[in-house]
Amino acid sequence: MKKTRSFFMVPYLAWIILFVIAPLILILYQSLTNNQGQWTLQNFQTYATSWTYLKMTLNSFWYALLITAVTLLISYPTAYILSKMKRQQLWLLLIILPTWINLLLKTYAFIGLLSRTGTVNQFLAFIGIGPRQLLFSDFSFLLVASYIEIPFMILPIYNAIVQLDPALVNASRDLGATNFQTFTKVVFPLTISGVKAGIQAVFIPSLSLFMITRLIGGNRVITLGTAIEEHFLTTMNWGMGSTIGVVLIVMMFIMMMLTNDRKKKRQEVLPNEEKTN
Amino acid sequence: MKKLLSLSLMILALCGILWFGSYHLSQSQGAVTTQNTLNLYNWGDYIDPKLITKFEKQTGYHVQYETFDSNEAMFTKIQQGGTAYDLAVPSDYMIEKMRKANLLVPIQTKKLSNFKYLSKDFLNKSFDPHNRYSVPYFWGTLGIIYNDQEVKASEMQHWDDLWNPKWKDQIMLVDSARDIMGLSLISQGHSVNSTNLKEMVAAQEKLNQLSGNVKAVLADEIKLYMIQNEAPIAVTWSGEASEMLDANSHLHYVVPSEGSNLWFDNIVIPKTAKNIKAAYAFLNFMLDPKNAAQNAEYVGYATPNEAGMKILPAAIRQDKQFYPPASTIDKLEVYQDLGQTKVEEYNDLFLKFKMYRQ
Repeated sequence: MKKTRSFFMVPYLAWIILFVIAPLILILYQSLTNNQGQWTLQNFQTYATSWTYLKMTLNSFWYALLITAVTLLISYPTAYILSKMKRQQLWLLLIILPTWINLLLKTYAFIGLLSRTGTVNQFLAFIGIGPRQLLFSDFSFLLVASYIEIPFMILPIYNAIVQLDPALVNASRDLGATNFQTFTKVVFPLTISGVKAGIQAVFIPSLSLFMITRLIGGNRVITLGTAIEEHFLTTMNWGMGSTIGVVLIVMMFIMMMLTNDRKKKRQEVLPNEEKTN
Repeated sequence: MKKLLSLSLMILALCGILWFGSYHLSQSQGAVTTQNTLNLYNWGDYIDPKLITKFEKQTGYHVQYETFDSNEAMFTKIQQGGTAYDLAVPSDYMIEKMRKANLLVPIQTKKLSNFKYLSKDFLNKSFDPHNRYSVPYFWGTLGIIYNDQEVKASEMQHWDDLWNPKWKDQIMLVDSARDIMGLSLISQGHSVNSTNLKEMVAAQEKLNQLSGNVKAVLADEIKLYMIQNEAPIAVTWSGEASEMLDANSHLHYVVPSEGSNLWFDNIVIPKTAKNIKAAYAFLNFMLDPKNAAQNAEYVGYATPNEAGMKILPAAIRQDKQFYPPASTIDKLEVYQDLGQTKVEEYNDLFLKFKMYRQ
């Protein structure tokens, strides 16, 4: 029995070693070597002493934070309303549908919408505000990035809300809590796991967006992804590119640790969670 | 589970059938061997497909056309040597880099009967002295493209005109460190190949002053945006410009007379080549004035083939935008490979400029 079980592990292990562990080791190895293949900490030193890179890191962090905040603000109410609707499957499908379309296509669609002769500006001109510069601004970058990330925030929150035992909400009402108190003391704390999962799913990819920074942000928004692309494609300094990659990975681990701690406690409070689903 | 299993089996079976079919097809087209195949590694849409058919008919070789979208990607692939490319089309600085990395096979130009048709202006450049390794394919410049609905011709003749406060938030730049740093260097009277850190820093500081005028720093998208009138001014290469001019008659292209970059895409024989004979046949075929002219008309870039140029329609031949006067050509500079350290310095300074906000 035990033998067959470990036999079935083989493909999974092979997958993880080949496509998760090996690339990570390669990135780490590249970051610790220079172009001649010698071991060195030079890359990390360059990174830590360069104001450009540090500023870029702060930029990435800041924009990722903004994108996460915007998507969270939109997604939580959406998921909450969704969980109270009829035909939830249909609405859910409509939310997932855009993720089936290629990212680049969606971005190009936004160019058509936001450009000087685009639909949005035609509308603005029609109502008398006149055409505005929409592309290549912080606003358009946040808009497009948030639009792309929203489904990944809604889904985990929605799942958490649906799993919430309605009896708990009823109990809270019975005990005299107002709607607001029920939400802040019962609903939100019990669905925080979904929020955390959503933050992980949005914040981490947002750190290294680079296609959108160029196409929509016109490189007026610079994040670490831009620098990685440059080091791999233009200067061919893979070591430096990998170093920035390592910095991103470290940032991701920190984010994971920050959003993972309470998971065990929650399960103790709600041992019947699995059954209610 | 059962459904999933049968579905995946079906997909696998379908793939097998398709593979078998394609194998059969390629077999029936006559066995493809290294003896009669020419592997051409070129930029996308950078040759008139009719010329390939003509070449195949004339010589009996089968041309395998593969494309790349950046010099660096091509370099990596040839260095790793998976495919036996017989010919590749790198740009100037990349030829120098490949030459230094021993990735090129010398070309005996004496064996090319049509080599004499090339203009002397485009031979024996610093990246490949005496054309030992490369044969010019197309050339071009870096310049300014503007929209005559918003910009008068007299207002946009020199690099310094870009700094005019009138163009606040109006200019799009091409996302290339050497080119943008280069235009700033030229405007200060320095060489685009400067390795003097002081000059480079001064160029970057001058660029910072431009940052208020810059609307965006983009790559290929400039084409789309200029055609749609998103911005009135852009800095880009002549090849891109010629496509934009075709699509929007309000656009004009200017090569500043104080100097600019002169770039080349040359054909080389990489170390991976297996069929040198076919490579020479193709080189000679492309150097034939008639073929060169036909190719230049299709691609829209400037041909270095003097005899071929004479066959081109007058409207193309006399277009000062793409065939600038000799006085300007004299001032154009070719990029040299400055070595890893300097390339990184250029890129770091450029990155600093991109991050600079007024």
